Amino acid sequence: MTSSLATVSYIGATILFILSLGGLAHPESARRGNLFGIVGMTIAVLATVLGPQVTSAGIPWIVGALAVGGAIGLIAAKKVQMTQMPELVALMHSLVGLAACLVGFASYVDTSAVFPTAAEKAIHEVEIYVGIFIGAVTFSGSLIAFGKLSGKIGGKPLLLPARHVLNLVGLLVVIWFGRGFLNAHDIHAGMTPLLVMTVIALLFGIHMVMAIGGADMPVVVSMLNSYSGWAAAATGFMLSNDLLIVVGALVGSSGAILSYIMCRAMNRNFISVIAGGFGSGAGAPAAASGAGEPQGEVTPISAVDTAELLREAKSVVIVPGYGMAVAQAQHVVCEIVNKLRQSGVKVRFGIHPVAGRMPGHMNVLLAEAKVPYDIVLEMDEINDDFSDTDVAMVIGANDIVNPAAQEDPGSPIAGMPVLEVWKAKTSIVMKRSMASGYAGVDNPLFYKENNRMLFGDARKMLDEVLGALSA
Amino acid sequence: MLIGVPRETASGEKRVATVPEVVGKLIKLGFSVAVESGAGAAANFSDEDYRAAGAEVLPGAADVWGRADVVFKVRPPTLDEVGLLREGATLIGFVWPAQHPELMQALQARRATVLAIDCLPRQLSRAQKMDALSSMAGISGYRAVVEAANAFGRFFNGQITAAGKIPPAKVFIAGAGVAGLAAIGTAANLGAVVRANDTRAEVADQVVSLGGEFVKVDYEEEGSGGGGYAKVMSEGFQVAQREMYARETKDADIVITTALIPGKPAPRLITAEMVQTMKPGSVIVDLAAEQGGNCELTVPGEAVVRHGVTIIGYTDLVSRLAKQSSTLYSNNLLRMTEDLCKAKDGNVVVNFEDDAIRGLTVIKAGELTWPAPPPKLPAAPAKPKAAAAPITAPKGHGHGAGEPMSATTLAVVFGIGAVLFLLVGLYAPAAFLAHFTVFVLACFVGYMVVWNVTPSLHTPLMSVTNAISSIIAIGALVQVAPPLSDSVVDRPNVLILGLAVFALALTAVNMFGGFAVTRRMLAMFRK
Repeated sequence: MTSSLATVSYIGATILFILSLGGLAHPESARRGNLFGIVGMTIAVLATVLGPQVTSAGIPWIVGALAVGGAIGLIAAKKVQMTQMPELVALMHSLVGLAACLVGFASYVDTSAVFPTAAEKAIHEVEIYVGIFIGAVTFSGSLIAFGKLSGKIGGKPLLLPARHVLNLVGLLVVIWFGRGFLNAHDIHAGMTPLLVMTVIALLFGIHMVMAIGGADMPVVVSMLNSYSGWAAAATGFMLSNDLLIVVGALVGSSGAILSYIMCRAMNRNFISVIAGGFGSGAGAPAAASGAGEPQGEVTPISAVDTAELLREAKSVVIVPGYGMAVAQAQHVVCEIVNKLRQSGVKVRFGIHPVAGRMPGHMNVLLAEAKVPYDIVLEMDEINDDFSDTDVAMVIGANDIVNPAAQEDPGSPIAGMPVLEVWKAKTSIVMKRSMASGYAGVDNPLFYKENNRMLFGDARKMLDEVLGALSA
Repeated sequence: MLIGVPRETASGEKRVATVPEVVGKLIKLGFSVAVESGAGAAANFSDEDYRAAGAEVLPGAADVWGRADVVFKVRPPTLDEVGLLREGATLIGFVWPAQHPELMQALQARRATVLAIDCLPRQLSRAQKMDALSSMAGISGYRAVVEAANAFGRFFNGQITAAGKIPPAKVFIAGAGVAGLAAIGTAANLGAVVRANDTRAEVADQVVSLGGEFVKVDYEEEGSGGGGYAKVMSEGFQVAQREMYARETKDADIVITTALIPGKPAPRLITAEMVQTMKPGSVIVDLAAEQGGNCELTVPGEAVVRHGVTIIGYTDLVSRLAKQSSTLYSNNLLRMTEDLCKAKDGNVVVNFEDDAIRGLTVIKAGELTWPAPPPKLPAAPAKPKAAAAPITAPKGHGHGAGEPMSATTLAVVFGIGAVLFLLVGLYAPAAFLAHFTVFVLACFVGYMVVWNVTPSLHTPLMSVTNAISSIIAIGALVQVAPPLSDSVVDRPNVLILGLAVFALALTAVNMFGGFAVTRRMLAMFRK
């Protein structure tokens, strides 16, 4: 295959990737979108392998690596439970980051590259430096995100004293060593600054994600998604490969937009999420406690009474949160919904953009449980309808239904758009205990007159509700 | 603001736009209410009732029209009445703007604001509380059965008595809209055997739930038009439909027709021949009489006997239940007023952000605003922007709700961009610029494409972009075994090979795993 043919194949692959992302605009076309992605990737890999840049000596190695990695990937994709999707995605981001690092190092030690001018050599080295930096941050950050999401590391933000200064110093050191790296005469002299920078980048990634609280995880996951794209783009610059640049930019901007959407859904500033810690960018979080302490008593309800309420309702809205994912309750929820729909109750789901631990997490879980997607509505679509709703059932969610966001300007989550479940005739909140959500904010919803609390494990309670409904 | 309720002047109209019960609720919203003397008399509401509820009773129509800021009407006003309307006042009631162009002109000339209850976007579930067309249709459906029972010489329910066996009456209902469904329920409750048909197959369940039996036309075609109405069907369907109607009418004792298509004459469902085949003493009630009738022999406004069959074409069925229909209608208006006066301060605010209000408003302060753009359907595919509306959002805390950037922000962004581009242009070599061009354009393509992704697919989006980002494999591939010229010395081949193969294996995990898991996820999304 000639080099022109390889280039043309790359253009075809690029178009397929763009179509692939475009296909995700609607569930109907999304399956085809995924197929486009697969075809594009196949074309890209084949064009490279058969192209002029790979000699036949490398083919066995390539086949071997693809077979081993591919097998692992396929098994992981088959085994993973839908509730663990965020972990899997985070872990996969880390692989991209690590691969970017490795490619960067390999490119640096490769002496076969020849540069006609000094400026081009310098640019190539900057590209390597930046590529490895982004790759390393993505790698360590994603690993920590994986740890947090899978519960191996606590969800609470780790706030080191003077963390902003630490980050700044780290950045300055990276720039300083960058100068040393560029001025190095040979590969050995350049290796030291490169390694030091990599270590700092790794620490930086760890620190960044450690400082982010559990509720902000959707932002982090999509941000790391974005980073993995930028890492690919940087590698593309390094190797003068347009396909890598284009795809990296596509993925990078996609992740960036997702992070932006998530931030807006929480009314948080992107910078303050990245800088870490809840409320650190928003002034005094402590002002809320004391003045905003909710008054009154909570009214518990039994599973049997819940079933009774649901059966008598005309219109029910279910608001799922991370608690539903943890309890693996989506299948029971679906059975309850089917039961209610058969008896003529209008049931819909209201999904907050940041419900769960990654963008769209709840939609995937409900889809897994075979809930039809046309009754799963977004916050904006359903919020107006709560006043006409008889029962709003909140399953394992807290901050996204907190009226304090609208009523208490001193609350740390003030201004965050929330699902207005308290406007329904009755709201039922399923919770393990009275503990507050990830944001650490007490929820006045629990004390409202029309609210009932169904305490206990979501799965167990829903099983009981289903039993009572079937009886 | 003062709400005025004049007496309805159309002949045979017995309804009134506001009943005493609702007067009290309007006053609670901050309004004052003036009623023309005798406005409620035909619906059995006396002036005394209105006074007791807190309304002022004015002697003449001119007083009410002249003083009111908001006029509540049932029927469209006459041109004389429009002449009495105060300049800039608000009129709420049935208007039928398409049928009354000269009325619309007169109202525009008065610089009025007109909310036509008949223009309500009925597909908004939120708007159902103000859907007067539905509430009135329900009443006419009920009344149609009562009229039929009155003209029919037998019981509706089957009985076995000492005096002999009585078979139940057979009722056939054409059109299962709100009126048809009300008729089905009423007739079934009286004990008749009810069969019903509609071109919209999805109403079959509703027919069954009310105790009717759904009769299908033996032809495949879906007949749902916009806004909960049926649409005109194809030729082949109509032939099959005629056969079905001929069969059903011949068999039925009572036929109630409710078929209407908006903006068109009522479809002719029952021909003269079909009437001839019916048993003598049978009854046809034609609810579409005002639009020309579903039955060929209908005389609008009258009950006539043709071929031994009583054909009732009354157009005032709703007025024949004046107290009930006035109560429901005024409740519809009350719900609308609540939406118009969110502040409960007695002032009407016509907010065009509200889809329901936007649809209702046919004239705003003299400007023609009809027909309204179609409202976005509640089940429409999600807007990509999770447009939030945080009222209490602190300033400088996150970006606003999708509003365009302010001019200064835009200028700053453009300025920074220009400086960056300038720097790149000054110092970067040509080879880099080519790649840079590609990079910047790709960022923009990504930006444009991803905004279209529906929020429910954000997780698949992430996993597919994750899979795609394993394109970095290309980087590893070209390092595995590049064609080397002999001039290259001391290249650490083994090290590079090791790094590249390892990187390749890592990305392969991603590549295969990412696509496979996306596929698995997408397979689960179903309607």
